[in-house]
Amino acid sequence: MESARSNLDSTAGEVVHPEWSPLSIHDMTVAYHRQPVLWDIDYDAPPGKLIAIVGPNGAGKSTLIKAALNLVPTISGSVAVFGGQYRKQRGRVGYVPQRSSVDWDFPVNALEAVTMALYRKIGWFRPVRKHHRQLAMKALVRVGMQDFAMRQISQLSGGQQQRVFLARALAQEADLYLMDEPFAGVDAATERAIVDVLRDLQQAGKTALVVHHDLQTVSEYFDEVILLNLRLVASGPVEEVFTTENLRATYGGKLALLDQVGHRMTMRGEG
Amino acid sequence: MFLVLLFLLAFMFPTSTFAAESNDIIRVLTLQDYNTRVVLLGTLLLGVTSGIVGTFMLLRRQTLIGDVVSHSALPGVAIAFLIGEAVSPGSGRSLHWLLAGAAATGLLAVVCVGIIRRYSVVKPDAALATVLGVFFGFGAVLFKTVQELPTGNQAGLQQFILGSASTMIASDVAIIAKATAVVLVLSLLLFKELSILSFDEDFAAAQGWPVGMLDLGLTGLVVGITVIGLESVGILMVALLITPPTAARFWTDNFARMTLVAAAIGGASATVGCLLSAMVPKLAGGPTIVLSGTAFFVLSMLFGTRRGIVQRWLRHAANRRRIGRDDLLRAMYEIIEARLVSADDQSATGNGLNISPSLSGGEATEEESALFAKQAVQISELFNHRSWSARRVRQVIAAAEREGTVRMDSETGWRLTSSGAKTARRAVRNHRLWEMYLISHAEIAPSHVDRDADDIEHVLGTEVIEQLEQLLASRVPPATVPPSPHPL
Repeated sequence: MESARSNLDSTAGEVVHPEWSPLSIHDMTVAYHRQPVLWDIDYDAPPGKLIAIVGPNGAGKSTLIKAALNLVPTISGSVAVFGGQYRKQRGRVGYVPQRSSVDWDFPVNALEAVTMALYRKIGWFRPVRKHHRQLAMKALVRVGMQDFAMRQISQLSGGQQQRVFLARALAQEADLYLMDEPFAGVDAATERAIVDVLRDLQQAGKTALVVHHDLQTVSEYFDEVILLNLRLVASGPVEEVFTTENLRATYGGKLALLDQVGHRMTMRGEG
Repeated sequence: MFLVLLFLLAFMFPTSTFAAESNDIIRVLTLQDYNTRVVLLGTLLLGVTSGIVGTFMLLRRQTLIGDVVSHSALPGVAIAFLIGEAVSPGSGRSLHWLLAGAAATGLLAVVCVGIIRRYSVVKPDAALATVLGVFFGFGAVLFKTVQELPTGNQAGLQQFILGSASTMIASDVAIIAKATAVVLVLSLLLFKELSILSFDEDFAAAQGWPVGMLDLGLTGLVVGITVIGLESVGILMVALLITPPTAARFWTDNFARMTLVAAAIGGASATVGCLLSAMVPKLAGGPTIVLSGTAFFVLSMLFGTRRGIVQRWLRHAANRRRIGRDDLLRAMYEIIEARLVSADDQSATGNGLNISPSLSGGEATEEESALFAKQAVQISELFNHRSWSARRVRQVIAAAEREGTVRMDSETGWRLTSSGAKTARRAVRNHRLWEMYLISHAEIAPSHVDRDADDIEHVLGTEVIEQLEQLLASRVPPATVPPSPHPL
């Protein structure tokens, strides 16, 4: 990831990204190492909505989030957060990575893991202070994990670990949340806790884009949906877009040629 | 620790020689020599710092980079020597100059690994191994060349392979001290930054930390400490980086404490190893230091308070005792329960004693506990109830008696105490809730659930019990003990 560099910044000024949109993606194409490809994504997220990102495995759901966060380089296109460059709006974005992306054997407890959200605010070289830990504790309370604050993170269940990740994003006090499969492999209590948090966020006028696997709960949990399979199949309010027809288009196998060319593009850098 | 090593040494050398050297040993141990003090200080600083840097390296999963750096520093030493001698004979031996060479090729190797990873399809581990092999091989060839030079033999470059703490002089220690101070200050300043980098790189990058720069900084620290340690420890320096934090992980779950413990173990390994090699001239400095570190590692793995083998074993044993206790109490409860229920049936119209234990609300009432505590259970009944060996029953009963949950009634009979009756009630309740859940929600045959519940009931936490209560609320009134869903 160290090579994640963006060529977006130069073009961000030229394209008109609406300021009302928490996340605006214009004509973005991503092909990076072994990551799935995304083609010509155009999307303006409506503000204050809970938005599900849905699609089959390898459709590029995580890649969409990572590209929006500038974690993977894009080939073309541009992304704006609240009408500005991501680099300048970082403070307004909270990120919940996939739970499996880190080593949970790391020697910290739940509270310390959540406190990491504040490191950027604390700044270079400065130590963590008591009021930072209090802020982190508040975030843990919001996900119902206050009793586990001092528990080593490897001793938490999968669902509890997921709640720690969610609390860490909450501690950032962001306006836009990007969550990569927060519901994957969690217990019922955690699922409820996450849904409650999402509702709270929406009430507070925040926006959340959530990679989601379980098609059955999409209409229950979310207002809007993005159907993704290497390209954006459809997006909009759940009741309009979440149709059998669109789902068939999303899940009905990959477009063979799109996949093939995409594969060649990812191989390009590897000789 | 120290004694163990001394003991090993006593085996390695005939006692007579050992005795003859005892004077020297006392001199070394009491730090009478200025030289010993200098060397000790140098290696101590080195050990402490490599413990700290090693902690970051280990948690960032960059240990193999350390390996590459230490092996790849070798050609740098030889090249620096050759260039130095070519420019002006004699200057090739300056430690500054040699270490600069070591740092240069060490860094070059890391850069090579980075390039291979970035631009080729070679797997990361293969990239590391390839670079290490090439650089080390090149270094070995150059060393041969150096030795064939007229001045080469006395150059003392050999020490960069195996390390030789005892030849350290005050000016060397001054270099080490300065460099160590820099590395130490940097790692303390960057503690927060390096910990977020090590735990969650993507999150750190999304927050705007310059992940690439931080990684480079960490690699810089690793190269720095490896090069500094090259003279006294040699290419095994990588072991001094990795072993202390690996050992420290057995003692703590806290990052800051782990760093401190690693620093302590690093310092201790360096000191012990250095003293040993000073006492016994045949022992090469580097390997002795590394072996001392290994001894600390073995001790930590065995006795570490967090994940040490002994501690795990003790916890396992305690768990087994608790399971035995729960099983005993549950068996006694069920035996008494069966008696009360049948007595109740027989006298249903009689004296009006209508205690069906399954229907008393709340936590066990005093009345109910007293009722259960009144009944004695014969050991023979326990045998019938559970397939326990006589020895196991004796053990379990003895443990429960010590704990105060059962007391002796007669030669062959035992009673629950009132606290024992409460614990028993809870164990029975949890067991049955789980059984009912298995039958109704997981569709497991009633004849099978007892065994399954046996294994699992001991790990049910309060949170799970609450969930079970919610799921079964329609059939189990709050805080009552449901009847067993299968014949006992």
